[in-house]
Amino acid sequence: MTNETVIKTEDLTKRFGDFTAVKKISFEVKRGEIFGFLGANGAGKTTAMKMLIGILKPTSGNAKIAGFDIYNQTEQIKKNIGYMSQKFSLYEDLTIMENVQLFAGIYGLSDDEIKQRSSELIHKLNLQNQADKLVESLPLGWKQKLAFSLAIIHNPRIVFLDEPTSGVDPITRRQFWNMIYEAASNGITVFVTTHYMDEAEYCNRITILVDGVIKALDSPAALKEKYNTSSIEDVFVLLARGAKRND
Amino acid sequence: MLVLFGMPVIQLIIFGFAITTEVRNAKIAVLDNSKDEITQLLINRIESTEYFQIERTINNSDQIESAFKSGKIKLAIVFQPNFQNELLHTNKAQIQILSDATDPNQATTLANYVSAVVMDYQNELMELNKIPLTIDTELRMLYNPQLKGAYTSVPGVMGLILLLVSAMMTSISVVREKEFGTMEILLVSPMKPWLVIISKAIPYFILSIVNVATILLLSTTLLDMPIHGSLFLLTLVTVLYILCALSLGLLISTITNSQLASMLISLVGLMLPVVMLSGYAFPIANMPDILQWIANLSPAKWYIIIIKNVMIKGVGPEGIWKETIVLAAMTAVFILISIKRFKIRL
Repeated sequence: MTNETVIKTEDLTKRFGDFTAVKKISFEVKRGEIFGFLGANGAGKTTAMKMLIGILKPTSGNAKIAGFDIYNQTEQIKKNIGYMSQKFSLYEDLTIMENVQLFAGIYGLSDDEIKQRSSELIHKLNLQNQADKLVESLPLGWKQKLAFSLAIIHNPRIVFLDEPTSGVDPITRRQFWNMIYEAASNGITVFVTTHYMDEAEYCNRITILVDGVIKALDSPAALKEKYNTSSIEDVFVLLARGAKRND
Repeated sequence: MLVLFGMPVIQLIIFGFAITTEVRNAKIAVLDNSKDEITQLLINRIESTEYFQIERTINNSDQIESAFKSGKIKLAIVFQPNFQNELLHTNKAQIQILSDATDPNQATTLANYVSAVVMDYQNELMELNKIPLTIDTELRMLYNPQLKGAYTSVPGVMGLILLLVSAMMTSISVVREKEFGTMEILLVSPMKPWLVIISKAIPYFILSIVNVATILLLSTTLLDMPIHGSLFLLTLVTVLYILCALSLGLLISTITNSQLASMLISLVGLMLPVVMLSGYAFPIANMPDILQWIANLSPAKWYIIIIKNVMIKGVGPEGIWKETIVLAAMTAVFILISIKRFKIRL
């Protein structure tokens, strides 16, 4: 972790009609940090993330991603980020290798880079013998690892993970977090939303979002100390008790 | 739900009113080279049926020819000079009926109506005068003298297949990306959104071109369908129609979120109107106004008119510019709405 700020938001707000999904959130994330975004379903995590990655226009407020403005520099932002959605979206009817090459191409890598990085990636994931198999034949945990590796294949400055571990068993989740640590140690900032409280403990700092508002923002240890609890789960329950939204 | 309850109502109305091969209010021209009492009487009788509407502005054979080409009239009646004299003195007179046989069924039906009116009158005269009179009706089926069904089915199939392949497949393939979540990834990637959309549409564009080539090849070799007009013009308008269908597919994909829904919309919203309202199977002219109005919204209707004009009548650009403009305008509207909806979604 360095002192360089890669994400900075000021009073970021998103309203859908009368409904304020995200209300005046402000925070900063440093380079190489693993930044957790916690909240119940419907708390506004995904909405906030969609604004940061440039596919949803904020109603008001400002944000800079990798130094670029989210209103009018979305093109540059897209070149500097990776994104993995809840569904680990891959092309199920293509083979593993085809997926790797396709995404490498989509992220704008040159032909030589595609060749080199895709073989690196396949080796790293130990998928040499399965590279020609269709993605749909892979177990969920492997799809998730593949999706993450693809999200960072172009060495982005920040990778956004939207509930990356939903539906995956604890051991695979643990392995997945090892991959996240590795990426962070390589200088990639990790912005991750989750509703697994144990995962929150793995983050450098966490934000707890309740009804679109930031209720707490600090390192897991500091939060536990502040609220005098033994786990983040207790902190969360304490803060989310007043929540009105839930779906 | 709306589909389930609304469907029988809509189908009943469409089938009940529109789906009839009977023709009413067909526009015709009369060229009266005799202008005597009998021709006047016959013209009045023909006009008093509910089947015909006489275009008074057409007064010579050149105008008739161009009216046929532009599709303004479906049938023309030509009385020989000295009709009354010939009939009363030689007991024989001639009427020529020219019918636009690009739609053979309609052409035959209309010609039969005219013949029936003439025949009735002939019988009346015979009873009155007690002499055997014959009014010869000489029938000429324009553009399609052999009354081949292919002349209607080929343009119809082209309109249908292209719309289905381009619109349905494009919408399904785009919505598929939405369903699997890969669309989100593509939009977050540095790839430009319009590039994403174009690359989704290109395969279906190529597929459609191959389809057109196959249909044209088969219909000219197997069905003896002529291409009287310019092949270049035909290709040009077909490309425009394919673009129109592709943009319609994109529009459908922006309003639906599942493959099933987009397939349903494409089938119910496109195939049904194309089959029933494009004039391919059933004449548009005798549908109730509201259905005629709806028929106007279907790109297939305009494309089928163009195709028939170019392939069968051999019309040049001057005869199809109106329909072409309609298609181009529809394409532009579809693309604009898609872009707008696409942006709202983001």
